Amino acid sequence: MDRKTIDLGVGIFMLLGIVALLFLSLRVGNLGDDRPSSTYAVEAKFSNIGGLKAKAPVKSAGVLVGRVSDIKFDNDRFQAAVTLTLDKRYSFPKDTSASILTSGLLGEVYIGLDPGGDEKKLGSGDKISLTQSAVVLERLIGQLMFGKAAEGDAGTAKK
Amino acid sequence: MINAIRNLGTRGINALWRAGAMARFFMLILANSGASFRRFQLTIREIYFAGVMSLVIIMVSGLFIGMVLGLQGFETLQHYGAEETMGVLVALSLVRELGPVVTALLFASRAGSAITAEIGLMKATEQLKAMDMMAIDPIARVVAPRFWAGAISMPLLAALFSAMGIFGGYLVATLLVGVDSGVFWSNLHAAVDFRYDVLNGFVKSIVFGVAIAIIATFEGFDADPTAEGVARATTRTVVTSALTVLLLDLILTGFMLRGE
Repeated sequence: MDRKTIDLGVGIFMLLGIVALLFLSLRVGNLGDDRPSSTYAVEAKFSNIGGLKAKAPVKSAGVLVGRVSDIKFDNDRFQAAVTLTLDKRYSFPKDTSASILTSGLLGEVYIGLDPGGDEKKLGSGDKISLTQSAVVLERLIGQLMFGKAAEGDAGTAKK
Repeated sequence: MINAIRNLGTRGINALWRAGAMARFFMLILANSGASFRRFQLTIREIYFAGVMSLVIIMVSGLFIGMVLGLQGFETLQHYGAEETMGVLVALSLVRELGPVVTALLFASRAGSAITAEIGLMKATEQLKAMDMMAIDPIARVVAPRFWAGAISMPLLAALFSAMGIFGGYLVATLLVGVDSGVFWSNLHAAVDFRYDVLNGFVKSIVFGVAIAIIATFEGFDADPTAEGVARATTRTVVTSALTVLLLDLILTGFMLRGE
């Protein structure tokens, strides 16, 4: 085996390996995009966040505008304090409302932002005061069943 | 009874001695690695035998495993109407686990056994002693380049394996099952994270590569200088590497998943 063949083979091997690594990082692991360079953080308090996790997407009108960077428990108000990191390219009015939504029945949990009509814009460190908690399916079913039972009771009482 | 306990003691001492000898051997390799980088041609030659010659088996296995994952995943996911997430299933299982582990097992049996047999035979035919006589350190000249070749080749092979597997899954998804290729990629993008999935898998493959390279060179260097001894050392390399890789995988996975 002469040296040139070996060098060529190893060169091709190294190139293939590096291409595979780049493919895994850029195409599969989407490094680079989706990570805005400049961001600002706003805080929102929810009474129940359901299945929301850190790094969940923040969407407005269905478009990704940021991510959930931190979730803490506020022990003074007994609420969940969620920090949203939003892309600097997008700004929202001060009276924007945040709600926790689910895409599809079993899909991922995300935060939806509905912009209001205020002239002032949300800045870094601001708080979103209008929030809507996650819909907990078990509670919804419980309420439905409770409501039906109450209806049934009322019906028999009338008779 | 006393004999049984004595036996256990002997085995324990032997195992500990081997582990200690392997650790000292590792330090010795690191201390004598200078030549394998100053004369990089030595290492390149070994990368050719360990890495380039393993390319075909790694790429073909990766493609097939990706396709099988795609087919099997489709079987189960279709019950829930979630066959669009097939790309996620294939990519996550390959990048996190199957890529590094299966590549390590294949690499140990394809390249590790060859390294052990080569060094063992050099020892049996007293080539290593001859080098010593000529004031050439056999660890610097023979062992270190093979060690570094193994440690460098393994992560590259694992990355190739995962990439080929994802390509195989993509082929099955788009051609056989009929998942839209845009949906396949966008679901995959949303689920795979660079830091937690790709980088952790890469770290795993580096650790496995170093472990296999140490075991293969040590078993060869430690082999009895007979035909039978070389045969036994080769077998031990494959068995020990496989068990070590699986154990290390358990430990590493335990550490890596904690952050999420």
